[in-house]
Amino acid sequence: MPKRHRIMLAKAGLDGHDRGVRVVAMGLRDANFEVIYTGRRQTPEHIVNAAIQEDVDAIGLSILSGAHMNMFGKILELLRAKQSADIAVFGGGIIPPDDAAELKKMGVKHIFGPGTSMEVIVEAINQTMQEREAR
Amino acid sequence: MDKDKLRQLQQQWEQGPLEEALAKSAERPGCAKTPAGLPNQRLYTPLSLDEAGFDYAQDLGFPGQFPYTRGRDPLGYRANYWLFMQYAGCGDAEEANKRYRYLLSQGQAGISVAFDLPTQVGLDSDDPMADGEVGNIGVAVSSLQDLERVFEGIPLNKLRQISLVANAMSSIILAMFLALAEKQGVPVDECTLRIQNDVLKEFISRGAYIFPPQPSIRLTTDVVTYCAENHPAWLPITLCGYHIREAGANAVQEVAYSLANGLAYMDEVARRGAPMERVLPQLSAFCAVNMNFFEEIAKFRALRRLWARLVRERYGVGPEVNLGLSLVNFTAGSSLTAQQPLNNVVRVAVECLAGVLGGCQSLFPCSMDEAFATPTEAAVKVALRTQQIIAHETGIGDTVDPLGGSYYLESLTNQIEERALKMIEEVEALGGSVKAIDQGYFRRNIDESSYEWQKQVDSGERAIVGVNAYQEAEEPPMEIFRPPAETQERQIASLRKLREERDNQRVQQALARVKAVAATEENLIPALTEAVKAYATMGEICGVLRSVFGEHHEGDI
Repeated sequence: MPKRHRIMLAKAGLDGHDRGVRVVAMGLRDANFEVIYTGRRQTPEHIVNAAIQEDVDAIGLSILSGAHMNMFGKILELLRAKQSADIAVFGGGIIPPDDAAELKKMGVKHIFGPGTSMEVIVEAINQTMQEREAR
Repeated sequence: MDKDKLRQLQQQWEQGPLEEALAKSAERPGCAKTPAGLPNQRLYTPLSLDEAGFDYAQDLGFPGQFPYTRGRDPLGYRANYWLFMQYAGCGDAEEANKRYRYLLSQGQAGISVAFDLPTQVGLDSDDPMADGEVGNIGVAVSSLQDLERVFEGIPLNKLRQISLVANAMSSIILAMFLALAEKQGVPVDECTLRIQNDVLKEFISRGAYIFPPQPSIRLTTDVVTYCAENHPAWLPITLCGYHIREAGANAVQEVAYSLANGLAYMDEVARRGAPMERVLPQLSAFCAVNMNFFEEIAKFRALRRLWARLVRERYGVGPEVNLGLSLVNFTAGSSLTAQQPLNNVVRVAVECLAGVLGGCQSLFPCSMDEAFATPTEAAVKVALRTQQIIAHETGIGDTVDPLGGSYYLESLTNQIEERALKMIEEVEALGGSVKAIDQGYFRRNIDESSYEWQKQVDSGERAIVGVNAYQEAEEPPMEIFRPPAETQERQIASLRKLREERDNQRVQQALARVKAVAATEENLIPALTEAVKAYATMGEICGVLRSVFGEHHEGDI
């Protein structure tokens, strides 16, 4: 029986658009993930602390307000500072392709833009989890 | 024609040509239901309407008359087209001012001001929570000074309409606007102001709340009653189905939930003794126009009719009062795809057609690049031109409610109204919108609809071109708008300068007055106006209000 992974879905900053993240939460639950959703308006500090405390395998951050470079940057930095860079970071929302490429260079595993199917998301996260455990 | 004769003819058709056709080809399963789950019959005839007890005089009537199914205006678009609008605003005040001047020079009739998120949730640009969000999806307005700069060289009374997307902080924005009109020296009643001012939908969907629901309704009501008494021609509240729909609700839920919120506001306005015959005609509804063409057109007609029927008796107003909601239709951002984005021009055009056929008073088209970022100027121009083409070249506005009487459309209209009414009754049974919010009723039902939709798209049951059908592996890059990098620093510097230069004693006195009035039932707008005139900031004013009202926090799923 494969390990059931824990994933924290989060909304950082002031952006309240959470249709995407809520649908992904339901989809991941149906795909046998253990999902924790932070609710809206969280600070990067809160998200990272909660992720460490809850011992999650991954964080999925949703941003539609354009503040993605800032928020992902802070979260990745905090994870490194707290020796928790092994927690995988995923993202979704309204993120221009150039920024998505930049975020991947910074260490975000995948950016799931509008129109991504649940199947693609689940497959990508599962693959990352396998790679993570193989290390 | 005689009904029996017609029934006989239909039977002959069913047993003849229809049966033969069905023997040769199976029907697409997708035909059976609309996206909101309404059954689609194969064919609609006068009999369909007859079975539903349809009555022309009662169910349609005439444009500009109860129950407003055929529109709010007796002339439709024969005298004036709907207002061509465009949601815009970004960066700091100077940048927003530049974009507004450009749009006005291109034939846009009014201005719709988008505020950035910190402003929407009552934070100053230098608040730590605002970091990275200043000027991002709207203009930063931390004080009256910012609004003065936004409208620099744009006399307020020269615009057909100024629309302010202000909700949780709408009372403060109204106060700033009153102060601004005075500063510009324009007669305030020569301006037409529309304020969104629907805070309940922030709890249900969009999330830009500040205070808990109950004090939030009080602020909303302050705006409505203040305008009813002092500026009766303004539009002090817009019932928002749009955000509820974009959060994943279906068309019926959009109608039901926005109108349930409308009843919550109007009950409070009536309780405070405002003249309902003045308030009700100034109401508008902010609706989404999504892709299912007929369901959307029917939705607008059902919404108008249901609202008029709900409020006529509830508030006991006479037949002379216009209860036809003024419709602000906005094409659905969520229907735009990041895949093959040029296709979005077509989607927006189709949605604009549906919006107009539903009888809107103003129309906002999305821009093709919104699945990536705030639109570029070029994309915004195509969106504006789309509705100009529809208005001037298609003849769509040459007769009033051209689709009225369509067997299919009227059947859908009836069904949407009927189902939405049931949902409103459910909300009322829970004790109204505020109670339903507390119990998670809306969010639960919306989640269910949005997940259901996602599953239909993922399984291919609903085809979306470029997403799950006709995909392309490689796509050419698209030019993307970048908000100017220095905005946040510039905005913070100007805010700090303001705090040093203003009369801080006057600010403190004004804030103390706001706090005192907030604790009573007195209307807050005059005290807020004094505070903004003293250049008290958004964050400072919301700070004292938070100390009285408390703050809303959302729990986890």
